[in-house]
Amino acid sequence: MAEGNRTMRGRILIVDDDTALSEMLSIVLRNEGYDTYLCATGDKAVPAFREFKPDLVLLDLMLPGMDGIDVCRAIRAESGVPIVMLTAKSDTVDVVLGLESGADDYVVKPFKPKELVARIRARLRRMDEPGPESLTIGDLTIDVAGHSVKRAGETIQLTPLEFDLLVCLASKPWQVFTREVLLEQVWGYRHAADTRLVNVHVQRLRSKIEKDPEHPEIVVTVRGVGYKAGAD
Amino acid sequence: MSTVVLLLVGWVMMSQVTDGVLESRRGSAQAEARAQLTSLSNTINAADPTTINQQLSELVLGTNRPGLYDVLLVPTDTATSNAIRYTGLVDSDSIPQALASSVMSDDSKLWDTYTLINYRDGPSVPGLVMGSQLRVNSTGDRYAVYFLFPLTAQQETLDVVQRALVTAGLLLVVLLGAVAWLVTRQVVTPVRMARRIAERLAAGKLEERMQVRGTDDLARLAVSFNKMASNLQRQIRRLEELSRLQRRFVSDVSHELRTPLTTVRMAADLLHESRDQFDPISRRSVELLQNELNRFEELLADLLEISRFDAGAAALDLEDVDLRDIVNRVLENHESLLRRKGCEVQLDIPEPCRAQVDARRIERILRNLIGNAIEHSEGLPIRISTAYDEDSAAVAVRDHGVGFRAEEAEMVFSRFWRADPARARTTGGTGLGLSIALEDARLHGGRLDAWGSPGEGAYFRLTLPRRPDVTLSGSPLPARPADASRVVSDKSLVDVGAPYQKLTGGEQR
Repeated sequence: MAEGNRTMRGRILIVDDDTALSEMLSIVLRNEGYDTYLCATGDKAVPAFREFKPDLVLLDLMLPGMDGIDVCRAIRAESGVPIVMLTAKSDTVDVVLGLESGADDYVVKPFKPKELVARIRARLRRMDEPGPESLTIGDLTIDVAGHSVKRAGETIQLTPLEFDLLVCLASKPWQVFTREVLLEQVWGYRHAADTRLVNVHVQRLRSKIEKDPEHPEIVVTVRGVGYKAGAD
Repeated sequence: MSTVVLLLVGWVMMSQVTDGVLESRRGSAQAEARAQLTSLSNTINAADPTTINQQLSELVLGTNRPGLYDVLLVPTDTATSNAIRYTGLVDSDSIPQALASSVMSDDSKLWDTYTLINYRDGPSVPGLVMGSQLRVNSTGDRYAVYFLFPLTAQQETLDVVQRALVTAGLLLVVLLGAVAWLVTRQVVTPVRMARRIAERLAAGKLEERMQVRGTDDLARLAVSFNKMASNLQRQIRRLEELSRLQRRFVSDVSHELRTPLTTVRMAADLLHESRDQFDPISRRSVELLQNELNRFEELLADLLEISRFDAGAAALDLEDVDLRDIVNRVLENHESLLRRKGCEVQLDIPEPCRAQVDARRIERILRNLIGNAIEHSEGLPIRISTAYDEDSAAVAVRDHGVGFRAEEAEMVFSRFWRADPARARTTGGTGLGLSIALEDARLHGGRLDAWGSPGEGAYFRLTLPRRPDVTLSGSPLPARPADASRVVSDKSLVDVGAPYQKLTGGEQR
């Protein structure tokens, strides 16, 4: 069904057990020009993902069958596609658990449709500002146009968000980025006070690119301010 | 203590035995001495005066009973013979001076005393000396006759008694010690164990119990103690279970209520956006639906937050932030409200004011305080100040609106309390904002103080420890605004925000 519709701005897989909410989400997103596909259980989520090949996944954290966290890990294991969690819990533990399992962003219910659409747009937007073709930070070579990161010829797999985060830091080495600035530049929204997003993603990025994530050398914490890219 | 008693008893017994032994010996010695003295006197007076000296020597030797006593005959100054006669090599200096003069002063009485008897050929022994005068009628000479009874046998008896007493005493002391030790083990040890276990119970190790041995009072104490511990454990478990259920309930409610609300919200938004196509009645209905949904959402969010505090499920997510950044962010968020109210903001935030806080919660507190101030500003400027000292950082928000009475300063933090019920519904808010702000401040170990005066406006001061290990003592900002009129009584300042003892759980509430 998706083949014929090239005017769509993107394909979104909605994994939620609440049919009313799924349908409403579908209406709103289709209204915004997205193609949607619904999935009601966690068990069917991964097959649906393989079949539909979405540009973005909206994932409820609490699902019958396979848990949302497990679905998130399963999808992340085979793809870097942006995942936005829908959660009814805003407690730090739940949020951090979701982010650590691979989600790029989260929206707490009840959310405003506009807010959700803004986040989806931000995730589907590529960093379109022209930058240098390639960057070097530490012993990493970043091919900005080709979206790949290499260490000594070996490619390191990063999700698009992690890639954007790394490029953002590496494009201005030695400049310290506050978490708020990173939220604005990488996630693409202002006034989002939740800096847990940044913390968790920096941890995830470090676990992939740092030789010793306990003693990071590429993404360095500047106490009380934020992060910067640096290599000694 | 027992040693002292034993010594006393021993001393009394010893002196009684000594007195008894010596008295009986003295009695028999006196009888012996009198008899000897009488026969001596008779014999000497019947003798021929010319051989008196010879006779005396023989008599002295004759009265001697070797081993029982010795005899010493000392002539007085008036005697014709000045030889001292004695038996058994007793030394004449064995006679105490006091006895000698007593004997000299009285010629009929038999004197006695206890002393040491010295021998010329051996060691001195304790003994009893009896003395009296012997008058020789024919010459008129007077002699002092002494009978020296050695008390060696008595001394030995007393020594044996004394040794027996000392041995018995020592044994008694040892036995008493052993008994005391046993009693200690029987009584004190269980009491100590009870104390130790009570301490462990207090420390939260609820499964601790005392050992029950025997059927005495201590065993009953242990049984009661264990019963108490079991009851405590059961109660605490039940409370924990209740608290867990409540948390679970809050979590379930949040999920169950939020999901349909999200759907309703989205549907309403969709309708709201296309309201211009509706007839007036439907349009107004959609507007009302939208507004009330906003209120409902806010109320639900606040209620969930409050129940999270009540369940003790709220946790801090500390980071080092500059409070000024939060103030600025909140002001940006309130831009449209500021414009609508025509309210001017005066900022007194001169220098970075850093503290380790949960930025999300502090932003929520300040959003509430500043939002309230703008709402009640009545078009007059509001003032926001920050300050810090070594241990604490503070933010104060001042408005010059209607204010509130001093008695109401306590109530502003109460849930669903409104200063003026009549106008409450128009100003919005859920009525939970300040309660949540107070809980947030307490969670940090900080405090939130309110000052108000009718017609003068209100002043809220938030004080936070700069590090989580600090206990607040004061605040770097004054308790009431500098421009407050002086007639206001101290009662207008109410400290509701007594800081939590940190990390002690929910029971201190």
